[in-house]
Amino acid sequence: MARVVLEGIRKTYPNGFKAIHGVDVEIEDGEFLVLVGPSGCGKSTLLRMIAGLESITEGQLSIGDRPVNNLEPSERDIAMVFQNYALYPHMSVYKNMAYGLKIMGLSKAEIGERVKKAATILELTDEQLTRKPRQLSGGQRQRVAMGRAIVREPSVFLFDEPLSNLDAKLRVQMRLEIKTLQASLGITSIYVTHDQVEAMTLGHRLMVLNAGNVEQLGTPIELYQRPASLFVAGFIGSPAMNFAEARIDSMGKTITISGQEALPLGDGGMAEHGGKDVILGVRPEHLELVAEAPDAVPMTVTMVEQLGADTLVHGHFGESRSDLTVRLEGIRNIKGGEVLPIRVSPDHLHVFDPKTERRLS
Amino acid sequence: MVENRPLLAIFSHIMLILGVVVIAFPIWIMFVAASHPEIRMTQVPLPMLPGGHFFENLDISLNRGMSGMDGNGVGYMMLNSLIMAMMIAVGKIAISLLSAFAIVYFRFPFRMFFFWMIFITLMLPVEVRILPTYEVVANLGMLDSYWGLSIPLIASATATFMFRQVFLTIPDEMLEAARIDGAGPMRFFWDILIPMSRTNIAALFVILFIYGWNQYLWPLLITSEPGMYTVVMGIKQMLEAAEQVPQWNVIMMTALLAMLPPICVVIFMQSLFVKGLTETEK
Repeated sequence: MARVVLEGIRKTYPNGFKAIHGVDVEIEDGEFLVLVGPSGCGKSTLLRMIAGLESITEGQLSIGDRPVNNLEPSERDIAMVFQNYALYPHMSVYKNMAYGLKIMGLSKAEIGERVKKAATILELTDEQLTRKPRQLSGGQRQRVAMGRAIVREPSVFLFDEPLSNLDAKLRVQMRLEIKTLQASLGITSIYVTHDQVEAMTLGHRLMVLNAGNVEQLGTPIELYQRPASLFVAGFIGSPAMNFAEARIDSMGKTITISGQEALPLGDGGMAEHGGKDVILGVRPEHLELVAEAPDAVPMTVTMVEQLGADTLVHGHFGESRSDLTVRLEGIRNIKGGEVLPIRVSPDHLHVFDPKTERRLS
Repeated sequence: MVENRPLLAIFSHIMLILGVVVIAFPIWIMFVAASHPEIRMTQVPLPMLPGGHFFENLDISLNRGMSGMDGNGVGYMMLNSLIMAMMIAVGKIAISLLSAFAIVYFRFPFRMFFFWMIFITLMLPVEVRILPTYEVVANLGMLDSYWGLSIPLIASATATFMFRQVFLTIPDEMLEAARIDGAGPMRFFWDILIPMSRTNIAALFVILFIYGWNQYLWPLLITSEPGMYTVVMGIKQMLEAAEQVPQWNVIMMTALLAMLPPICVVIFMQSLFVKGLTETEK
């Protein structure tokens, strides 16, 4: 059990490439933090720096109030689960889990006890403990990899995209298992993923990384409701948020997408940004199909995707070019070429500065 | 390939059988010759069917030797060859494993330089450097010893290169997992790397053992004491035994004996050998 504190962590590779541009975060004891971002954003590098597999160029890393910058991975009181599991192929499952403990110098009896305990938690049978990793299915290997982490009884779990090698169904199941496990063990965990659904469902807090910068740090709902930047807005949520160039009127009361009716801005408007060109973002699920209404915007349908539970309607506003996706509940009988009256709820508008790409208001 | 062309099938079989005959016929001759009394081997035509003196010849070859060999058989030569081949094979594998480990997993100055240095020794087999190597071995007082027989042949660029390729296929995460488990470099080497490359080690052992067993020129050069002779050079010397009619039955028996250990190694390690050269799954 430990707090993990990162202060001004930076990484510059010997060839001059800057991978991480300064990360400050305090991860509370027992917290589940998810690092999320597209590939190449530096999330794995950051995790590997915490693990001690990459050196820290600048900044201070403490685990449990102990500076660990110069400690070996094995001395940092961490355990890591790798994307490809990294199980030792020539050792049985039992030996895989026991190997680290053997090096720690624990007695045979204690090793046996810890492995048994972990196997029970992960529902691995005695028969499975004697098998070699290659005789196990993907999900079972994943469990063994987690077992190897659990037996170490570390202060911090580090997960490096542990589910990306599994098929979709198993991924959902293992996601739940990891969440339950983390909650019951109460061990501080840091989890790297590029999958925003995984991030949203697992994390107490999410850190969105983009090109080595922290875009936003917050709870999943904060990130969903108030994305701090265009990047976060586009990254969190599926299908992705709709964006359109728009202009706020001089009073800051309404916003106009080029060539369309003005839409009222919620929350008393944005007087300080009056007359400004902005980027307007609306989530597909916050667009409603309405019967002819005064504030409805006509949408020309190009494509319809039926998902059963939802219907995704793709198209664009009137004559404008910017693409638009609307998510409607249930099965709808809509065809390409139709023009639908769409209402945008003023409470769910996200307004971004086109230059800094940060959120306004 | 599934094809139904009888002519092609007949042709391929003829070629295969011819191939087998070309390889097998001399061995048959050897076997036949080794089973006749000495006198029969000097008469024309040479026999094509085995005679009844196989075990007698075996006894002569192993224990008594030919006339003119001071009553020593080739038994001790077999032992010398075995020791030399084992030392060469084990030594080569040990050294190559360690040097490949250093080159793949450690970052030290001039790493690539050293790698290429090792690699270009491929161009310098024993035959090329035989005089200076002899000089070195002689000065070290290793003539007529097992060390002298094996050490100059131990350094191996081929095996180093092969193990380097094997280690490169082992995912980095394996090393990282071991580091998190607290394994130091040598522990990782023993516990993870060597077990993971054991099929490759076996395959290489087969090749290197045969290489060591078949050494002829080097043992010939550095051994002057009959007690250190190896069986391959022993055969040659039997042919030249001074002022004698070659005892073909004994010579052929010795040749048969000399073939035996390499054959055993290949047969018993065959499955590992094939696996080691073809297996890619890690």
